[in-house]
Amino acid sequence: MGLRDRLGLRHELPHRRRLTLIVLSFALPVALWSVISYVPWIWHPRVRITDPGSVDYFTVGMDMDRSVFAQEAANAAKAGLKAPQGYRVNPLYLPPPHKVAAAFVTAFTTPPRLPSEPWLAESLGHSIATIFWGFVISSVIGLPLGILCGTYRFFAKLQEPFIEFFRYLPAPAFGALCVAILGIDDAPKIAIIVIGTFFQQVLVIANTVRKIEPALIEAAETLGARGWRLLVRVVIPATVAEIYTDMRILLGWAWTYLIVAEVVGTMSGITFFITLQARYRQFDNVYAAIGMIGVIGLTTDMILAWLATVLFPWKRRRVSARRRPKPAPGYAPNSPDRFATIAPAPAVPVPADNPFQAEA
Amino acid sequence: MSVAPLHLPDYREKSPEVAARFDRIRQRPVVLSLRNLQKTFETKDGSHVAFERLSLDVHRREFICIIGPSGCGKSTLIRIVAGLEDSSAGEILIDGHPVSGPGPDRGMVFQGYTLFPWRTVRQNVMFGLEMRGKSASIADRDARQWLDIVGLGKFEKAYPHELSGGMKQRVAIARALANEPRILLMDEPFGALDALTRCKMQNYLMQIWKKVEVTILFITHDLEEACFLADRIIVMGANPGRVLEVIENPVPRPRSIEQLISPEFLALKHRLDELIHAPGEGEDEKLPVIKLTEAGDEVE
Repeated sequence: MGLRDRLGLRHELPHRRRLTLIVLSFALPVALWSVISYVPWIWHPRVRITDPGSVDYFTVGMDMDRSVFAQEAANAAKAGLKAPQGYRVNPLYLPPPHKVAAAFVTAFTTPPRLPSEPWLAESLGHSIATIFWGFVISSVIGLPLGILCGTYRFFAKLQEPFIEFFRYLPAPAFGALCVAILGIDDAPKIAIIVIGTFFQQVLVIANTVRKIEPALIEAAETLGARGWRLLVRVVIPATVAEIYTDMRILLGWAWTYLIVAEVVGTMSGITFFITLQARYRQFDNVYAAIGMIGVIGLTTDMILAWLATVLFPWKRRRVSARRRPKPAPGYAPNSPDRFATIAPAPAVPVPADNPFQAEA
Repeated sequence: MSVAPLHLPDYREKSPEVAARFDRIRQRPVVLSLRNLQKTFETKDGSHVAFERLSLDVHRREFICIIGPSGCGKSTLIRIVAGLEDSSAGEILIDGHPVSGPGPDRGMVFQGYTLFPWRTVRQNVMFGLEMRGKSASIADRDARQWLDIVGLGKFEKAYPHELSGGMKQRVAIARALANEPRILLMDEPFGALDALTRCKMQNYLMQIWKKVEVTILFITHDLEEACFLADRIIVMGANPGRVLEVIENPVPRPRSIEQLISPEFLALKHRLDELIHAPGEGEDEKLPVIKLTEAGDEVE
């Protein structure tokens, strides 16, 4: 199979190759990171000093720029003094993979330095709670409003122009206002997430509902459905699976507003944890905490995607539409007896006075 | 070699049995009556007449086919009868009472697949019954019965996407019939199916129509389909849409596949062909003569 065939536009990939690619998509960036971290002559712009030699401001364990170190070493050699010793390292802000991997566990088990500072688990819990309440409050209003706007032109024209305008206002711009109105604790953070999610939510869901097949509504009307029953029994079930997918995407957007929301008022949650760790120069913990946001997001999304197959069985396809159909059993296009399955014509009893028979 | 012209009987000649059948149909009460129905669309360049002054009486258990070229307004007509569009003038009577807007007394089977994808086959058939306030157990029982009538009892738990096109349309017929409509409107219901399946579906429809007390108004552009199914055929012409001729189908019932080559059938089909492809119409279909082949390499 040539390369052209492998990259064929929208070709279905074999299961095995698909798995390989999924693993590679994570393995490639990690491999790049490992090369930079573990191969000492690649990058490593700093030198960690093991012996200050004659340089008076060097101390053991100090990190220096390679150019400064080389300059000092040259100066010492020229003056005939003892040269400093050291080995090349990467800057502190790029810890190697194994340290970050370890930090995924140790960040949870390390107690905070001050009693007023949170454990990692507490920080994450706080962030998840903020997202959860922000998304729930946004959805409680946005979901019904989006469905109404998608179904009835009246509501669409009444609501959408204003929402369309409002969604261009960046949510963080409301930070100061939210604090002034709602105080400095969690309320303004939740409000920022609501502002960031709600307006997109109404428009996206209205658009999805509007895409309903009009023939389904007509069919329901000829079967006697009217008014609100048309909405509840046809419009909503016809679009609920697509609305669910929209909600999954919107939940992802809500996470992007989290970091902004958490610096409003008193800093809290995962943002507070990351800021503290950076201040203590524990960069492995910083990476681990950022990575955890990704893990939580991806896991939630995978659970929700799996849940969709349970909730909407009619969306489950038995076979992939693009997979080539299997030939019928016994079908061999090039076998010489490929017509053998066609039954021979049954023998018709020939009457004795058959004129054609007589001629032969 | 020239083929000797085929001698066909006049399509208006009917055997005494067929004539008697049409007499009996005319005795029956009128279920659907269209009175001077008219539809004009308002467009940017003025108004466009879809069809005008259309009147028709459909008798109980009659099978009517409306046939015509595209653009003759036959689909618009059936959508107006179904109540999905408004007429510009005229009225529609069901059992003598004027109707407007869609209702369960006029069941409809669409050309596209309109089964509700989130409902199983049985739940699809139950939809109309639920809308009319039948209790769940009665709706369930009735739905099973209708699925048995269309021969899909085994598939009651399947979802529409698991069915073939022909099966979907049989469920759609069961769903429309479950409401026990006064008239079943069918808008090119087999148009999206392949030729073999379409032939089977016509047979199924004949069998269902015999078993169930229902009147059918059927839109098609397939001449054979109209000849095979209909009692009366309404031939419509385009620009503006109007009735060209109302034909009483001389092919005797019960109909079978052998009749596709009977003289009555061929005569009728020939007449429909004449009406729909009016003389002189084919002139602009000739392509300009541009030759890209070498001389002596012509195909016959």
